[in-house]
Amino acid sequence: MTIDHPVALAPAERAVRLLGGDLTEKALALHLDGLAGVDAVGLEQRAAGLATRSIKTSSKAWALDTIIRTCDLTTLEGADTPGKVRSLVAKAVTPDATDPTTPRVAAVCVYGDMVPYVVEALGSLHGDPDAGLVSVAAVATAFPSGRASLDIKLADTREAVAAGADEIDMVIDRGAFLSGRYGLVFDQIVAVKEACRRPDGTYAHLKVILETGELVTYDNVKRASWLAILAGADFIKTSTGKVSPAATLPVTLLMLEVIRDWHRLTGEKVGMKPAGGIRASKDAVRYLVTVAETVGEEWLTPHLWRFGASSLVNDVLLQRQKLRTGHYSGPDYVTVD
Amino acid sequence: MSRLAVPKTYKLYIGGNFPRSESGRTYEVTTPAGDFVANAALASRKDARDAVVAARAAVKGWAGATAYNRGQVIYRIAEVLEGRRAQFVDEISRTEGVTQAAAGAQVDAAIDVWVWYAGWADKYAQVAGNGNPVAGPYFNLSVPEPTGVVAAIAPQQRVGMSLLGLAAVVAPIIVSGNAVVVVPNQQAPLSAITLAEVLATSDVPGGVINVLTGSPVEMAPWLAAHADVNALDLAGAADIEWVDLQLSAAETLKRVLAPVSGVPAPALERITAFTETKTVWHTKSML
Repeated sequence: MTIDHPVALAPAERAVRLLGGDLTEKALALHLDGLAGVDAVGLEQRAAGLATRSIKTSSKAWALDTIIRTCDLTTLEGADTPGKVRSLVAKAVTPDATDPTTPRVAAVCVYGDMVPYVVEALGSLHGDPDAGLVSVAAVATAFPSGRASLDIKLADTREAVAAGADEIDMVIDRGAFLSGRYGLVFDQIVAVKEACRRPDGTYAHLKVILETGELVTYDNVKRASWLAILAGADFIKTSTGKVSPAATLPVTLLMLEVIRDWHRLTGEKVGMKPAGGIRASKDAVRYLVTVAETVGEEWLTPHLWRFGASSLVNDVLLQRQKLRTGHYSGPDYVTVD
Repeated sequence: MSRLAVPKTYKLYIGGNFPRSESGRTYEVTTPAGDFVANAALASRKDARDAVVAARAAVKGWAGATAYNRGQVIYRIAEVLEGRRAQFVDEISRTEGVTQAAAGAQVDAAIDVWVWYAGWADKYAQVAGNGNPVAGPYFNLSVPEPTGVVAAIAPQQRVGMSLLGLAAVVAPIIVSGNAVVVVPNQQAPLSAITLAEVLATSDVPGGVINVLTGSPVEMAPWLAAHADVNALDLAGAADIEWVDLQLSAAETLKRVLAPVSGVPAPALERITAFTETKTVWHTKSML
């Protein structure tokens, strides 16, 4: 695709720093298309290698607690009700009623219209996960397809932020990205970021969902990751959970490598959230290994790493109960979601 | 030129698949005289855990099938067993060290056990259930329902029961709709795995019967303490510390059936031991 006239882009701070003051779509496209290609075989081999690590005893106990501490407990169904959201909040606050030492999850992730119910149900426990409290995350921008006009996406975002969401999970326009209109995707992320601004000048954290299952190639995932980071994403997230394949280990590794490169380049830390399809603790531990080996253990905090999951927590709780009691537990001893 | 024989690898049977043990361990199956017969998988506690997960997943569909259908499926096991009679006779006579005639008699007896229990599938509820008299215009019905996942230790004596003992333990458990994780005869496990091949080709849904060859002493404590196992059949556990097994089973309120000497005789009580009675009220018509 050729761009005849330089199209000016929204002056996102990171992009201006990297690409220069007169930010145009052409400059962005040149940068993204100039990224080195991904060695797909090498990437998958590296991910498979990381998945073979054996994590036992005290390391396993630490890993299980870390999975819970960095989990966004999620319900994103058409059938969600205020009652279901309240019971999810109860679980977020007390994941295992048989063991009060169980940490709380990082956040509860819901559709925008459910945010007020989450805020109400959390009450005084609403706050920073670093302080042992639970944040509220909302999906916005016409999740999961993202097929709506920009005005509607921004209104969706503003409403969730106004209702008390601490974190916004937005989706990118995959159609625009795949047809090469990087500028449109970029401008939308910048606009949504601005819509995350609260009246007091602070911002809700912005997680940008790439929906890697629709991006087809690893090269595209790498470009989209760079694009999202340049546009100001606080987190980059793999998937909505509504498209298969959702999060995979190689894709997560690739996105972490982009985050690592960005950190080396600028010193800034961007967060990562794999979401969808991670159901077993064993799989989740593999992701933790990948994080520690790619960007470092300091990323394993709720401000830089999240799991987007609904059934994962139950499996982690079963494993915790096994470590605590010495015998295998069963689904009768965790919640029915 | 002589042909090189292709010996069979005897693996586990979990969830309708034939995996090796996750531990990678095997043990040698020998004749009573000590001659090598085959390698069998030596299941670990993690295989037991996986088997329980597979069994739990299978309970809903199996218990939800009609009693008539379950009876048909179990009868089909007997049919397919009959068709592979020669293979069973061969394996039993080698591992137990008995004559072909004795092995043949055992296979016949095992087939008869399957048929006997298949017949009970749509009848035991009439015997074990009841319409209770109550003081009011209500039907009050007690019906037996399967308890869920049952862990079982098959009879372990070397001679005369490797296939028959397994059938006599497994058939009454599954007939009501339970799923089973069974540890077959440790010294003569080949016929159990061949039976699993029969099961895999005879309409029994994967996960309803899971076979873990190996040591009952090693696996039984994990199964007895497992919170997702509903009942424990200790038929073949006489020689291990089964009182401890009962104690840990009590922690999660499991039903426990005590060890028996020899092969458990076919009995309705073995079916009802793994059922729970549900009583429901229903209004009568006033007309």
